[in-house]
Amino acid sequence: MNSKFQIQNLNFYFNSEKVLKEINLEIPANKILGIIGPSGSGKTTFLRSLNRMNDFEITSRIEGKILLDGKDIYNSDFDVVALRKKVGMVFAMPVALPMSIYENVVYGPKLDGINDKNKLSELVEKSLSAAYLWDEVKDRLKTSGMRLSGGQQQRLCLARVLAMEPDVILLDEPCSGLDPISTAKIEDALAQLKKEYTIILVTNNTKQAARVADNTAFFLMGEMIEVGVTKQIFTSPQKSETNDYITGRFG
Amino acid sequence: MKLISEKGVQRILMLTAFSAISALLLIALFILSEGLPFIFKYGLKDFLFSSEWQPNLGKFGIFAMIVASLWVTFGAMIVGAPLGVACAFFLSEYVPRYIMRIIKPTIELLAAIPSVVYGFIGVMVLAPIIRDNFGGPGLSLLSASIILGIMILPTIISISIDSILAVPQSYREGSLALGATIWQTITMVTIKASKSGIIASIILGLGRAIGETMAVIMVAGNSVNIPHSALDSVRTLTANIALEMSYATGLHRQALFATGVVLFVVIIILNSIASVAIRKRMVKK
Repeated sequence: MNSKFQIQNLNFYFNSEKVLKEINLEIPANKILGIIGPSGSGKTTFLRSLNRMNDFEITSRIEGKILLDGKDIYNSDFDVVALRKKVGMVFAMPVALPMSIYENVVYGPKLDGINDKNKLSELVEKSLSAAYLWDEVKDRLKTSGMRLSGGQQQRLCLARVLAMEPDVILLDEPCSGLDPISTAKIEDALAQLKKEYTIILVTNNTKQAARVADNTAFFLMGEMIEVGVTKQIFTSPQKSETNDYITGRFG
Repeated sequence: MKLISEKGVQRILMLTAFSAISALLLIALFILSEGLPFIFKYGLKDFLFSSEWQPNLGKFGIFAMIVASLWVTFGAMIVGAPLGVACAFFLSEYVPRYIMRIIKPTIELLAAIPSVVYGFIGVMVLAPIIRDNFGGPGLSLLSASIILGIMILPTIISISIDSILAVPQSYREGSLALGATIWQTITMVTIKASKSGIIASIILGLGRAIGETMAVIMVAGNSVNIPHSALDSVRTLTANIALEMSYATGLHRQALFATGVVLFVVIIILNSIASVAIRKRMVKK
């Protein structure tokens, strides 16, 4: 198994509160890893530590190692900006940047110094198509991204991550505020995307993990209780906590 | 019993609120009634566009002072706006929030220093430096601009910070997660989203600069002429009123009120532009 991320003895603190405890996890490439667990279990914190978005929380502290392709991303000589280009992120709140749809998608590539109009247009079409949004917006690329509906904005956020051609896509409850149709479109997009990308999907919706994830990890109170092939987690979990959670006995 | 006192409170509050508004109305009426007749008698064109100000000869042209006021205000903008906006971005984007919460009130204290103190520092420290290094009398357009530029910093910084902090955090995170640096995020996203508030802060600072009197009298030199360089001594509209009102009589006195009318109109225009800009920001949110 070819692993993209290797997480070794990860501990994470906000002030003195330990929010992630001794996480050890290998994340295989070109698969979808679903992370489930009740709110407050550290799923989002874990996800944000993978592209160092927690750096902006000045009271946070991290211990242990996170290796991306064998390199420690918390090493002092690791380039954070390059990391975020390689590990893209889609947030829970679907928010387009205050600019046109086109500009939203080319934001990342432009930062990377790509200015060739043809290349950019090509990227826009490719990314929006992969995010299942192209047909809905192709005639109004110049209008503000903020005019789109919530579901469309979330697919736009996905498209703008895809336009950077990352290795890994992190999704933090991307469908939490969306209707079933938008959710289905995003799930369809993810199923296609895993051929090229490693996807890590945090979700409050256990059924969503069951539908799209190849592997599923269960987090509880900052600990990773169990990880395994999705089917096995949902049919014969090893730990009683996992069983309680997926059968809806708590959380 | 309770109903009556509730109504009484309402009346008293209404009266106080009304007295504030009526103060404004009375001031406006007073200035207009004293100033407008003069403008009609003397002629608007001669008043605004002649630069001969010789009250003893009956010549009342304020063009030189309008030009001086505009230059001093413009100079204050050149000094204050970039400094203030840069400081606002530094404090809101690069510095941890708790440090910003200490520094921002400290900067706002600048507004609590009496303007005569600014003037004093200008006379004692700034003017000699300018005289020794660049020549001229020292008390000049340049010193007035620098002093005013510092005086408007709290206005610009504090309103700019408020409007930058009003930009949703999700914009920043979205941009940073796409591999932008903090600086790229500021130039490509945050400035755009907080633009109207920043413009409003600059216009309010401008209004403050054009209306400031005491500090300007002390550092600008006060001779009535159209400045040819930043080192020339100038007299602003506000300085003119303050300097001559104590002894002016008759037509001269009316001319000073008319000068007040001109200032009043300029400041009302600036404030309306600022409040429109601020309201636009509110509506967008």
